[in-house]
Amino acid sequence: MRVYLDNAATTPIDKEVLSEMYQVMEQHFGNPSSIHAHGREVRTIIEKARKAIAGLLGVSPAEIFFTSGGTEADNMAIRCGIHDYGIKHAITSQLEHHAVLHTLQALEKENSIRLSYVETDDKGNISLQHLEQLLQQNERSFVSLMHANNEIGTLTDIEKVGELCKTYNSLFHCDTVQTMGHYRFDLSKLNVHFVTCSAHKIHGPKGAGFLYINHNIKIQPFITGGAQERNMRGGTENVYGIAGLAKALTLAYANLDNHRNYIQGIKTYMMQQLQQAVPGITFNGETSPGKSLYTILNVLFPETEMADMLLFSLDIAGISASGGSACSSGSNIGSHVLTAIGADPNRPAVRFSFSKYTTREEIDYAINCIKELFNPQK
Amino acid sequence: MNLPIYLDNNATTPMDPRVLDAMLPYFNQKFGNAASRNHAFGWVAEEAVDYSREQVAKLVGANEKEIIFTSGATESDNLALKGVFEMYKDKGNHIITCVTEHKAVLDACKHLEKLGARVTYLPVKTDGLIDLQQLEDAITDQTILVAIMYGNNEIGVIQPVKEISAIAHKHGALFFTDATQAVGKIPVNVIEDGIDLMAFSAHKMYGPKGVGALYVRRKNPRVKVTAQMDGGGHERGMRSGTLNVPGIVGFGKACELCRLEMADEAKRLSALRDKLQNSLLELEESYVNGNIEHRLPHVANISFKYVEGEGLMMAMKDLAVSSGSACTSASLEPSYVLKSLGLSDDLAHSSIRFGLGRFTTEEEIDYAIEQTKKAVNHLRDLSPLWEMFKEGIDLDKIEWAEH
Repeated sequence: MRVYLDNAATTPIDKEVLSEMYQVMEQHFGNPSSIHAHGREVRTIIEKARKAIAGLLGVSPAEIFFTSGGTEADNMAIRCGIHDYGIKHAITSQLEHHAVLHTLQALEKENSIRLSYVETDDKGNISLQHLEQLLQQNERSFVSLMHANNEIGTLTDIEKVGELCKTYNSLFHCDTVQTMGHYRFDLSKLNVHFVTCSAHKIHGPKGAGFLYINHNIKIQPFITGGAQERNMRGGTENVYGIAGLAKALTLAYANLDNHRNYIQGIKTYMMQQLQQAVPGITFNGETSPGKSLYTILNVLFPETEMADMLLFSLDIAGISASGGSACSSGSNIGSHVLTAIGADPNRPAVRFSFSKYTTREEIDYAINCIKELFNPQK
Repeated sequence: MNLPIYLDNNATTPMDPRVLDAMLPYFNQKFGNAASRNHAFGWVAEEAVDYSREQVAKLVGANEKEIIFTSGATESDNLALKGVFEMYKDKGNHIITCVTEHKAVLDACKHLEKLGARVTYLPVKTDGLIDLQQLEDAITDQTILVAIMYGNNEIGVIQPVKEISAIAHKHGALFFTDATQAVGKIPVNVIEDGIDLMAFSAHKMYGPKGVGALYVRRKNPRVKVTAQMDGGGHERGMRSGTLNVPGIVGFGKACELCRLEMADEAKRLSALRDKLQNSLLELEESYVNGNIEHRLPHVANISFKYVEGEGLMMAMKDLAVSSGSACTSASLEPSYVLKSLGLSDDLAHSSIRFGLGRFTTEEEIDYAIEQTKKAVNHLRDLSPLWEMFKEGIDLDKIEWAEH
């Protein structure tokens, strides 16, 4: 049995998404900028996709800009937002994805900004009080805080963050790569200037994503050249990627409540089973449904001699999980998120992440393997 | 024969079915994140990326470690220009490019000018080639980069890349080329051509949209670029972001097919292109734009004097052709490439780019010839300018009344 529990890294594509893309790949190959029939028909596909996404998020199609994925969207928001508004101070947290953290640190290194980190507790919650202090003490800031942490799942109250940013006239960028399609956003009511999406996290294709930019915000393009995306993003559009992205988000919204209940059930079940199977197990980050993203469970196992081999042993047993973000899983440095929340470095941590395709049987299988690893039958 | 006939392969190419077949398993069965190092899904994806990287490298004579995957040629152009400017800013701030470059290069240069770069835009001769002496004269001790495209996207003219790189290197500057139109169509070899950085894209060679590459030389000299997108440190820190695995697999397959089939394909296409061109030149007052000896085998850009451009496009509605770059075709401005060859606005407007491709047939070319001739003749029959020309009136000498 092969059990995939690394859906925070990437997800298998939905069949419906693939068939939509397949049709475009096979039949509609034109360049959307071409004015002849081949071009016009693919232009229509892109604009339909934009309209569908905008409708789901409660925004205008003019506020959606397609990118090559979440990392580009984060970079575009941060670099262009800070540069074009002449902002000299940014606020983030030590728990952000590297697409945000490394980008802000690069800007700090080149002396474009001063960078402050909002305090976080041992569950990964940010201190709203400290955030307010930071906003108060500095002139207009650029705030970048993620909606849900990609390693431990802790949710941030972005409504409150948005209100604070509004009060202090600051720009708010929210990395929503892990939560887009998992929660309903009404961006017309949220005080947020930038949110990001990556299609491959929601059963869509790799290589496609978007950046929402609030209509009050005017920035210059990040990737220049060509008039695509209304002069905001040069480069021939990834037409099938965009079609797949729109389909994936549409499907996610259509079944959001069902999937949310189902996946939350899987997560709760796994937590219970794990606690019974391995005494001494705890969880990193928040775990209650209101405070934690339901697709992610970060497990802190008891200290064991096989700590270094745990993920490897799981893989041998047929279980795909991760020690942290896939984007840095090749490095030998431990997870920056777990370090920041002060997780015991002697205990191995594993992130299990679920999708609508995860079954109880798969969880049972994983639990049995884990049980076997920790309490081998003599 | 399906209408309209697609003769706009410089804008984009249909995906080869063999490429699509290669990509499909990586959407649903082998869907892993290539950066996942802890499990088989990740390894399978990484292995596929490595294999594609070899295929891409092999097509251009590079080492696979020198290939950085991006979302396409525009991003590669941005990374090369902005990345070199940042990385080498202690060495100098001068970049040399030319006026007929693609917008992706020109706009990135304009952006760098705002950041303190000095950019020289070399003119081109009437055949579209740059003057090598002018290039050498433009180089200063502040020159860090010479950025000249390999094959032009509108007229297909191939620049003397070897000579250009030799001049750049003689003066200690790096050479970057946007080879989006050339790679896969003609032999491009980064070693023989002396290329330090090179941008290219999958969808111009029968691969998928949304994926491209930047070649960055690792030896003699070792070239570095400052990352423009930060994040997980993918692509050896030069380009972060989850790899588009199916896209990359498609790109690799597309490169492999081009490498194996290019020689025969170039012969076939240049024969078809020549047939098209020679037949259309039978029309009076029609001209080929750009140098015809140093030209991509699948491109012909032809001007039809005394024909109104938009009318021509309308009259040729069974042919999907373009009057210039797709990236700027929505604007009604005449092509800046043709204007820089010295064409008037009128003549630039009445020019058509024919871009043949792997799926173009002789039957389609015959039909294209017939349709184009019919359209040109029809429009000229309606044109008072054509009538005056036929009566021997020199239109250039007429002083038109203001109204």
